[in-house]
Amino acid sequence: MSTINDGLKSVLGWVDARFPLTSNWKSHVSEYYAPKNFNFWYFFGSLAMLVLVIQIVTGILLVMHFKPDATLNASGVPIAFASVEYIMRDVPWGWLVRYMHSTGASAFFVVIYLHMFRGFLYGSYRKPRELVWIFGMLIFLSLMAEAFFGYLLPWGQMSYWGAQVIVNLFSAIPVIGPDLSLWIRGDYVVGDATLNRFFAFHVIAVPLVLLGLVSAHILALHEVGSNNPDGIEIKKKKDANGIPLDGIAFHPYYTVKDIVGTVVFLAVFSIVLFFMPEGGGYFLEYNNFFPADPLQTPPHIAPVWYFTPYYSILRAVTYPLFGIDAKFWGVAAMGASTLILLLLPWLDRSPVKSIRYRGPITKWMLSLFVIGFFILGFLGTKPPSYEFFGMIPGAPVAQLFSLYYFLFFLTMPVWSSLDRCKPEPDRVTSK
Amino acid sequence: MRKFLTALLFVPIVAFANAELHLDKAPDRSGDKAALQRGAKTFVNYCLNCHSASYMRYNRLSDIGLSDAQIKDNLLFTAEKVGEPMKVALQRADGRVFFGAAPPDLTVIARARGSESGSGADWLYTYLRSFYRDSERPTGWNNTVFPNVGMPHVLWELQGDQTLSEHHALELANPGKLSAKEYDAMVGDLVGYLNYMGEPGAEARKRLGVFVLLGLFLLFILTYALKREYWKDVH
Repeated sequence: MSTINDGLKSVLGWVDARFPLTSNWKSHVSEYYAPKNFNFWYFFGSLAMLVLVIQIVTGILLVMHFKPDATLNASGVPIAFASVEYIMRDVPWGWLVRYMHSTGASAFFVVIYLHMFRGFLYGSYRKPRELVWIFGMLIFLSLMAEAFFGYLLPWGQMSYWGAQVIVNLFSAIPVIGPDLSLWIRGDYVVGDATLNRFFAFHVIAVPLVLLGLVSAHILALHEVGSNNPDGIEIKKKKDANGIPLDGIAFHPYYTVKDIVGTVVFLAVFSIVLFFMPEGGGYFLEYNNFFPADPLQTPPHIAPVWYFTPYYSILRAVTYPLFGIDAKFWGVAAMGASTLILLLLPWLDRSPVKSIRYRGPITKWMLSLFVIGFFILGFLGTKPPSYEFFGMIPGAPVAQLFSLYYFLFFLTMPVWSSLDRCKPEPDRVTSK
Repeated sequence: MRKFLTALLFVPIVAFANAELHLDKAPDRSGDKAALQRGAKTFVNYCLNCHSASYMRYNRLSDIGLSDAQIKDNLLFTAEKVGEPMKVALQRADGRVFFGAAPPDLTVIARARGSESGSGADWLYTYLRSFYRDSERPTGWNNTVFPNVGMPHVLWELQGDQTLSEHHALELANPGKLSAKEYDAMVGDLVGYLNYMGEPGAEARKRLGVFVLLGLFLLFILTYALKREYWKDVH
């Protein structure tokens, strides 16, 4: 036994002399000290990594059988669409891999939205974690691009017309717009050229960017240390060895805890995957089981649920301004609604970080923001003519909450500094 | 937090508040092999002349209890071998001339026709029972679920002729070979088959899901115990 151990040690010594293996393991895992009071909201970071791995592994398997080809086969079905059904029927376990990937796409946004909301709750974006937040937001933007490119690939009606609508948005940009959208599509309408380039972006370009950004996100986090539900810095109180008094080693404490979170997540994921893979038409849209038909525009084109809040903001802008079409300002508002999140670390002027010690103004503003975000998301799945209970028109409601979305951020420097905060504790609390 | 959950509860109520199209509920035939076999027979005899099901292989019908020999003897009209997909001889260009649009592939039609108004099966079940005589249409047929549909009423000799009354209600003018009840049951079987064909592995998927969840439940007990053990010394 000891000879085996000695042997392993000498191998490790050989490696460590040439590559910082042990030191990295220590600094990022076994001697990375995380606050001991993480709660429910702190599962979603590691779960996002899990979903990323699921998407990459299932994605590689799907690429082995998927054919990015928009031409029609003998039965008049586009080859790309038929190859997805081939995966669902003829590839052994192909249905499982495909459903894992399609469910994983929605799961990715669920965990990322919850992960971001955690940041809102506990001020995780505040100094010194501004770069952690910014890398995170860049991950979010890349993820939206990844999802958008991927959604075209099954080449169903919603894939096709969704891409057509989104690419057409670029044509609203003055002067260069029409040429820009032509350049993106590679054709005058979404076609085979578009499918092939979106495939390249989806399977190579964006995943590379995502992996790089995820590494940067984690490196930045491990440099400054994790925030916690109390929003106080555990590094301020250290023991004689320089270890934070309220810190515990990531491994084994949080590895064993995150494994429990992983199992619970996988159970929820499996309930969707095995019993409701279409997610009631939200995860796999019904209309997308019709093959793409460039000659038949669906009566109602809705993006997938994770884009709908921004889509509502886009549609909320209906006034032309400075002689430029309303469509352009809608696109600008949609872009701004995602980019404004990058400024969050500098918009928040509260003396405390965590919602636990912030006053009523913050709690009201944030609650209303969440409700508004859900309502925008819901209205984005509906046609603009939608009315709540057949009475209250949806369009002005969407405009109201779009306005609130921006006011929430733009007035944050004022309300966050006005709020009556409670004193923060010296040490983390465990509840 | 409570407000947040209230908002969540609110969403589905609103989502189902405005269904436009009234659809009859299709009978559930999943797992009923005899009904699915009858549906397969109707599908092959009536639908598979113009509509393909080009992702569906004949021998996949083993899912619903048919042997290769049974398939070969009873259902194999458009192909030579049981491993071939369900294709049709009708050329798409001809279909466009005959009906104004090429008859769509029906493999996943039951999944595509889902909407807020009901499942894809509900749509198909209502659609196939809603044809009526309309002398203004080139085929002589129209449909209340799919106005100005290109397809004539292929099952008319079974159902008989329906007409549309002034109050926009369907009435049976001339009865067909089947009674209304028998016709509904037959369409139910056919729609059950179309639903099965949309995802032949659906039943196996659900069965596997139960085992996966059981496995995860056991894993939860073990991993939770492990976590408790490690976290004993965290105060």
